[in-house]
Amino acid sequence: MDRSTSQPIRILGKGPWSLLPAQTWSLLTDLFIFCLGLSLFYFVVVLARSWFGPFNPRVEISRSPYMLPVYAAYSLMRITAAYVLSLGFTLVYGYMAAYNARAERFMIPLLDILQSIPVLSFLPGVMLAMVALFPRHQLGVEMGAILLIFTGQVWNMAFSFYSSLKSIPRDMREAAKISHFNWYQRFTNLELPYAAIGLVWNSMMSVAGGWFFLMACEMFVLGDKDFRLPGLGSYLQTAASAGDTRSILWGVATMILVIVLMDQVMWRPVIAWAEKFKIEQVESADAPQSWFLDLISGSRLLAKFRKRVSRPLRERMAMHFARQHHAARNLTRPAWKIWGGRAMAALAACVVLYAMLRAGGMLSQLTRPEYEEIMRGAAATFLRVVVALVIGALWTIPVGVAIGFNPKLARIAQPLAQIAASVPATALFPIVLLLLIRIGGGLGIGSIVLLLLGTQWYILFNVIAGAMAIPTDLREAATLFRFNSSQRWRTVILPGIFPYLVTGLVTASGGAWNASIVAEYFRFKDHTYTTVGLGATISGATDGGNFDLLLASTIVMAMVVVTINRLVWRRMYRLAANRYTLEV
Amino acid sequence: MEKYYSQPDGNRIQVIAPTDVAVTPGKIIALLGPSGSGKSTFLRILTGLSKPSSGQVLWHGQPLAGQIPNCAIVFQSFALFPWLTVLENVEAPLVARGVGAIERHKRALRMIDTVGLDGFETAYPKELSGGMKQRVGFARALVVEPEVLFMDEPFSALDVLTAENLRSELLELWINQKMPTRCIFIVTHNIEEAVLLADRVIVLGRNPARIRADFEIDIPQYRDRKSPRFLAYVDFIYKALTKPTEEISSPHGPMAKAAGDGKGRERTKFQMLPHARPGGIAGFMELLADRGGRDDLYKLADELAMDVDDLLPIVDASVMLGFAVVNEGDVEITPEGRQFGEADIQTQKGMFRDAALKNVAILRLIENTLHAKRDHAIGEEFFRDILDEHFSADEVERQFDTALNWGRYGEIFNYDSATGRLYHSEAADAAPVESAQ
Repeated sequence: MDRSTSQPIRILGKGPWSLLPAQTWSLLTDLFIFCLGLSLFYFVVVLARSWFGPFNPRVEISRSPYMLPVYAAYSLMRITAAYVLSLGFTLVYGYMAAYNARAERFMIPLLDILQSIPVLSFLPGVMLAMVALFPRHQLGVEMGAILLIFTGQVWNMAFSFYSSLKSIPRDMREAAKISHFNWYQRFTNLELPYAAIGLVWNSMMSVAGGWFFLMACEMFVLGDKDFRLPGLGSYLQTAASAGDTRSILWGVATMILVIVLMDQVMWRPVIAWAEKFKIEQVESADAPQSWFLDLISGSRLLAKFRKRVSRPLRERMAMHFARQHHAARNLTRPAWKIWGGRAMAALAACVVLYAMLRAGGMLSQLTRPEYEEIMRGAAATFLRVVVALVIGALWTIPVGVAIGFNPKLARIAQPLAQIAASVPATALFPIVLLLLIRIGGGLGIGSIVLLLLGTQWYILFNVIAGAMAIPTDLREAATLFRFNSSQRWRTVILPGIFPYLVTGLVTASGGAWNASIVAEYFRFKDHTYTTVGLGATISGATDGGNFDLLLASTIVMAMVVVTINRLVWRRMYRLAANRYTLEV
Repeated sequence: MEKYYSQPDGNRIQVIAPTDVAVTPGKIIALLGPSGSGKSTFLRILTGLSKPSSGQVLWHGQPLAGQIPNCAIVFQSFALFPWLTVLENVEAPLVARGVGAIERHKRALRMIDTVGLDGFETAYPKELSGGMKQRVGFARALVVEPEVLFMDEPFSALDVLTAENLRSELLELWINQKMPTRCIFIVTHNIEEAVLLADRVIVLGRNPARIRADFEIDIPQYRDRKSPRFLAYVDFIYKALTKPTEEISSPHGPMAKAAGDGKGRERTKFQMLPHARPGGIAGFMELLADRGGRDDLYKLADELAMDVDDLLPIVDASVMLGFAVVNEGDVEITPEGRQFGEADIQTQKGMFRDAALKNVAILRLIENTLHAKRDHAIGEEFFRDILDEHFSADEVERQFDTALNWGRYGEIFNYDSATGRLYHSEAADAAPVESAQ
């Protein structure tokens, strides 16, 4: 190829920035990263000052749009802190469950149950404990909010890490073992990289879940106490209570902006980076790209940091653990460790027993009408979830298949759908509610719309992925045999997308149950809109400080969700795996 | 040492019969056996990765606790860490030993150079071809200067030419003592590979694994594949592999030490089904009839460009069904076999059914059970449970799949994968069958 013609094309491809001399360009990058670090530092200082400031559970929330950047930063920090906490918990919990067969037997079912408990049910316990722990500092309430967000994000991450650890190929494990890897080396060179991709995707889902429940976590009434923390969620709720549409729109716009920004500077780069942890025999043709990752990997500041600080530090760590490993080669566990373990187990058993007794006591306090309310609510919410899933599936299947079969359409529609999906449905609730009230629909129907807003995306994404995975041969065969459209759907498309559809429906169903607590109970312009439902019962019980009712309805919800998972979804999964898997 | 898995019901599945073997320095030792014979388990016990159920592994005369302090394994699947570069992969075992950065770097680079990969230090494994990946595997194993280098089917995942190339390079490193290792222990199912590389060959029989033959190969390196002595060794090993019940003598006279003759072991009521497809058996009979009804197994495999591992199950199945007999490394067709090969598909199915019911215990059991049941149907779990008492969990799956395959082909029974039930073919004809559209 002629060099003179290829040169300008390359420059055009990289944009006008590449015309700058390399020196200036890299200086700009460094400057940018320096500013980023500085602003992060500033926010941490501001945050620390407010956290260790005096206890003020009722911060006045301003509705001025100028306060939005500050509120957004507060919320972002809260979600980040909760995420860091989740990650730590995930690593410890997943590790224990994967390597201790005795612990595994109850840790994994426990995870299943915890996953089905809605965020609000954790609220009273977590909040009261934290406020009691730090009675004089704002830290207590903040920690409470962070822990609440944490309970909404952690479970699926822990599960993902656990199952990754369990599926590490035997040969790789043995290669590590025969090379005498110590635990640190095994963790950093084998386990963490192997689990990375699953962790990244689940982290994204978890953080999205954090945004979803932000409004519930930042502003709530607990019995006679009214808690308010400055943040985007409380801003939106204050605006909604005042019926201030303009502020709601401002708030929603800010939230979308933050989410899109996070996606660009956080998740895309992480996904592109995590590509190297993919287990594949050959390099895939179109790997995920990120402009931000390209930008910072060109930074000299970071390169210097890596060379001067991070690499020597890693080396020191590796050497330290290697030496320690070789020094301590006795294989028997000391007696005090064994007895310590037993004592801990006995203590845990006592705590569980005590909690069960107390819970039993609380449940016996409930009146008959309350039990009837729970049962009626469970039935109503069940119906609502089913209707939402059916409506969701009905529109997403044809649309998803159309997008999946048409690469051109997919290129346009997928990013749009991703943005639409990343906007937490809760933020749109006030707007939807305004509309519904105007056209005269009650919350009974309205909550279905709200559930749908929150969960349909899971189905859509999976259907698109499923449609894309149907081999072209099968579609061509269908065309060749002149299948009519019903035949095509029944023999090619539906069986082809079935495993993906099931995955989407499972996620959507879990999400819908969880979302019912915010969809069935909504405060708006000093008026509480509510409808019959388990979610409304839980929210109402939290607001009213009726802990007996809260406990009972939470147990019922967890039981219903776990039962549905066992009876319906697990069977569907098995059917999908046995019969509708496209094997090469 | 021996290895068995205890079942909940008190039975035990013997994987490796009581066996005694010594690994001595200065040799390449090949452990040869058909697939599923427990070769890999054997290797893992020797390295200390897996514990024997009873007995012990002695390392320099001392009982081994944990893994051998200084050995390495080359894996069939390479088992490289895909997120580390070639250099980082090779350095990893040195990091574990606490070797400092500069020294580590030097040794890793030297080893990468030795296996012929210089220039690829910063490449990731996925950028490399299979042969190059296995070179990284070798470098990673050799960089720790292991006393024993274990190899688990190291060339099986590679194409023929690449494997041949790597084999001769390995041999060259070994003979010219460019390898910092005192002994190589290679597990393989490839007979030629064993005869080509090894100074000593241990042939394993299966179910449970036991040593069938253990002998030295006294042809000087480098060996010629076409030489009569080479071929004699290959033929001898073929015989050892295809005649699992007969006592065999060593290629040079005296009987090799054969351990674990099966005394005290309960005899299994069910034979181990060789995992061959009925279509393959029919094809093999046709082929054999075309070649005059008798042929040398080794020649046959060679001409078909097949591995023993792929051919042996078909031969075993033919023998089990009475379609062929094996004699002195030759396979010979029986009159039934000839008839079977020449018949049309419906007759073939009928013959297969008769032969299977006559010779295969598990199929007979299924047939009798279905016959006795009033509705002529029964859940698959029933038969799995029976097989469970005789085979390991993985093997039960394979045995059941093969039994299903044979039974369905011979129209002995039908199987509904949705409900997991077996039912009688005649019953199926009577019952309304849901039409497939």
